[in-house]
Parts: sequence; structure tokens; C-alpha cells
Amino acid sequence: MAHIEVENLRRTFQIAVRNPGLSGAIRGVFRRQSEEKVALDCISFQVEKGELCGFIGPNGAGKSTTIKILSGILVPTSGRCEVAGLTPWKHRIKHVQHIGAVFGQRTQLWWDLPVTDSFDLLRDIYSVPQEVYKQRRDNLIDILDLTSFLATPVRQLSLGQRMRCDIAAALLHGPSLLFLDEPTIGLDAVSKLAVRSFVRQINQDLGVTVILTTHDMDDIEALCRRILVVSDGRILVDGSFEDLRRRASAGRRLTIDMVKAATLDLNGLPGVQITTTNAGRCVLSFDPIVITPAELIREVTARVEVADLFVENAPIEEIIANLYAGGSQ
Amino acid sequence: MPGHGHINGMKLYLRYVSISIRSQLQHRASFVMMLLGSLLTTGIEFAGIAALFARFGTLRGWSLPEVGVFYGVINIAFALSEGFARGFDTFPAMVKSGDFDRLLLRPRSLCLQVAAGEVQLMRSGRLLQGGVVLWWSLSNLHLVLTRLGSALLAVAVVTAAVVFTALFIAQAALAFWTVESLEIMNTVTYGGTETAQYPLTIYRPWFRRFFTFVIPIAFANYLPINLLLHHSAPLSAFAVLCAAPIAAALFASAAMIAWSAGVRHYHSTGS
Repeated sequence: MAHIEVENLRRTFQIAVRNPGLSGAIRGVFRRQSEEKVALDCISFQVEKGELCGFIGPNGAGKSTTIKILSGILVPTSGRCEVAGLTPWKHRIKHVQHIGAVFGQRTQLWWDLPVTDSFDLLRDIYSVPQEVYKQRRDNLIDILDLTSFLATPVRQLSLGQRMRCDIAAALLHGPSLLFLDEPTIGLDAVSKLAVRSFVRQINQDLGVTVILTTHDMDDIEALCRRILVVSDGRILVDGSFEDLRRRASAGRRLTIDMVKAATLDLNGLPGVQITTTNAGRCVLSFDPIVITPAELIREVTARVEVADLFVENAPIEEIIANLYAGGSQ
Repeated sequence: MPGHGHINGMKLYLRYVSISIRSQLQHRASFVMMLLGSLLTTGIEFAGIAALFARFGTLRGWSLPEVGVFYGVINIAFALSEGFARGFDTFPAMVKSGDFDRLLLRPRSLCLQVAAGEVQLMRSGRLLQGGVVLWWSLSNLHLVLTRLGSALLAVAVVTAAVVFTALFIAQAALAFWTVESLEIMNTVTYGGTETAQYPLTIYRPWFRRFFTFVIPIAFANYLPINLLLHHSAPLSAFAVLCAAPIAAALFASAAMIAWSAGVRHYHSTGS
């Protein structure tokens, strides 16, 4: 049996409708009007033990709703969901013993307590035997390099330090499933890399199943073999990173810094378009299947004097937007 | 996960408390100031009552030391339940900020987690003051506490503490539906305390009935303390000793039902 099984999961919310103006507000007091918003529209998927899955999608797509249902915080309107054979919202206490959760926006630790006290309290909450706890804790402190700020109250930690502590705290009870909701949001480059390498490590070494949501395409590229693209409460793509690129075919960007501001002539370059120009900087979008990056660079350097250039993938929002436009057709 | 290493709810609650106290003691100056402030405000309150008695003599036949017994018992009980269940008082903010989700992710009773979330040592000022007023009143009345008298006093304190805690829980449960209209509940919790500091006989009948049958504070106030002060027959004392815990338990059960309904509502709305 798969670790996570989700079948036709549907979730709607009642949103209160407020009429504009004073008369509307008064009317609203006596007669509440509400309309139904679909957050999840019959989604189905399975996750095997030890997988590392990334959920991406624009804000309000349904990522958080999915995680909230999987972790037992929210009850779905209809549909089936089982995690390790348990229905999360029916067996809350039993279920949450085997999951860990990290929310990038919000700490799970006690604001005023030193990190070690938070850890000790979690040991008691999850009833982790002292021997097991000590070994696990020391191991996490070692890997995540927490030693220097263990005695610091959580409120005084930097965001990167806090995130590392949060991840350690979510693993103290040895969960078999870890939810990471935007774990790299707001982190500096060094912390991001540290978090990524740690997530990869616990997935590979400990076999922990990881469900990750992010807006950072680099997180996905560095970590996830499998990606689920969610938009408007539906799963648009469920596959590998390459699948996603192929489905999206959103193309790439070539940014050129010219030595002298000039107009770039794109004659004879199929499918290449100028996205923005600003003084000496010009951004071109192109489809690597129609014209290879090497070919394009050769052509461009032949036409203008180039000081610097780099190629990058189209931003996530654009891929999602393209996907969504394709999905609704 | 029973068995090896399991820590029961009570023990866990005490761990929370000890950690919370330790962190509060770190800010020693602010702790002392808060304690003094709490002592001063409650002290002035009773001084005000005493001043009124000095001017008017008695209150519908009750002397100052007699009212002092009511006042002491209720304040001790309120301080206990405020110390124990303060987390419920600040609970609406927790629902609003979404921090309640964090509690749902932990394999423990939600009530325990909320109650233990915030334990305030500064509130011991009221406890101390209530104790002093009670001691002063009893010695002024030359009341020798018999075994039955002590039992009545204990039942009064425990019943009041349970009723106040249940009120805090009911108020918190309301926060699952609405965060704005909690002022109304404050009139019942804090208003209830104010009311119960005096013998219920000084109020109008409908008001007395409300605080007997809806919010059973009479079982912690008038019924046991009147018996204590007037040495009534042991039989009626025994009846009160039995009835008070039942009334408190019924009221607490109603609050817990409201709380569970609130949690279910939260599960289904997520906000």
C-alpha cells in the first residue's frame, strides 16, 4: 500500500459576500450571503514510501489546503485520504505521531524559550524515550550545525537559524512523513543550500517521505524527482521535472548586456522575441527546441558587441501560467 | 503511544508550567513589578469595599468580615483558574493568527495544550490577597473551623475554580465561530467574579436564579458559605457538599461539549 493515498478529494469553502456601501453592510447583518469557492476539485494521487514530492502552483491553488487535509488540520468536503492506513482527521492523535511539519512562515517552537527547552518539551509531548531522544537530538544538532545557538531564545534567532531549528524539531520524534511548506522562503543563499542538502539527506538516509511546497523552482530542481503542479484546485501535471518542462515548453531567457546600447536585429532568428530592453540590457525569450542556446548566442554575439550574457529558465509563474492556459483548453 | 517513555497529561502540564515559570523568572524586574502591581490593585479593591462598610455599617445584614469570606473564597478560586486556564483567555488571538494549527499537529489533548500554553505567575498576587482577606475575615468572626467547616470552604473554592475555568473554556469555544463578539462573554466571566464576591442574597431573584441554575456559582458562594457562617444543621451541609461538585461537573461538561463542537467547526472551516 502506498504511504499516501488520495482519491477524489474535494474541498469547498463558503465565502461571505459583502455588498459595497453602508446599505450593503447593514443588509449583510440581517441576511448573510455567501458563495461557494472550490479549493480542491476532486484530486487524486498516490505517494510511495520514501518519495520526495514537490507541490508547486500559484497562491490559492490548493497546495496548503492539500497539506492541511493530509496533516489532519482540515476535513475535506468529500473524498478519501489515507496516510499510512489512517484517515488523518479521524485519527488525529495517532496520525500526528508519525508526521512532522515545518511551515516556513510560522515557527513550531516556543517563542520565549531557548531552543534546547523547546526540544525537551517536544520529547515529552511525543513521549520519546530518553536514549532514543538523546541520540536523535545530538545527530540533528550535528548535521544542522545548531550547537552555537542552542541556548538562545527562539525570538532572537535569525530566520536561517530558526528554520534549521524548526526542521530539527519536526524530526525529533522520528516521523516517517515530513511536510515542508515553503521551507526556504526568505532564506539567504547559504541557508537555502544547507536546508536543501539536509532535506535530501533525511530523505535518502532515513527514508523519510517528504512532501514539499515551494515557489522556488531551484528547490524543486535540486530536490524533487516528482512534481505535482496544482492550479485552481486541480492537478495539472504529475511527473518529473523534465516532464514539466516538456509540457510547459515555456522556453528560456537570454539576458545580454551590450557594451553600447543598440537595437538588436532579430531577423532570421525563428521564435526569438525581445521581452524587455533597458539601456544596455536586453532580455530575449526563445524556445530551445526551435533554436539552441548555443546557436542563438553565436548569432547575437555576431550582431552586437556583448559585455556579458546569461541563459536562464522562464520563471515558475510563467510556466504555471502557460500550463494553466493549456490545461483549460 | 503508551508504554516506555510515556508521559501522562498531568506530568506534561507540569513540565510546561515549570518551563514557563523559568522563562518568566528570567525577566526578574518585570516579574516583581507585575506581582506588586497585581497585589496593589486587588488590595485597593478590598480597601474600597471596607471603606463602604465603614460608612454604611452592613450590607443587607452582612457584616464586612462575612462579606470578606465570600470575597476571599472567590478571589482564591478565580486566581487558581486564571493561573490554570489563562491560555483559554488569550485563545481568540491564537485562532486568529492560525497558531491553533500547531496544536492540532501534536499528539496531545487540545485542552491541555491550550491551558498549558500560558501560565502566569504574576497572577499569584490575587491568590495571596484572597488568602489574606479570607484569613482576616475568619479570625475577625472568631470562627473556629470544624472539619465540616473546612470541607465547606474547600468545596466552595474548588467549585468556584471549576466554574470559572469552564467559563474560560466556553468563552474560548466561542472564538471558533466569532472573534469579535467576545466582550459579551467578558461580562459573564469577569462580571461573574465581581458578582460572586458578595453574598447572592443581596441581588434580585432573577439574577440569583441565573447564577444558580445557568451559571452555578451559588454552589460555590451562597450555599456553602452561608452554612459555614451560620452553623446550620449538618444534614444541609452534607447536601451542599454533594450537590456542589455535581453542579460544577455538569457545568464543566457543558463547556467541554461546546469546546468539542468548536474544534469540529474549526476542522470543517479551517479558519
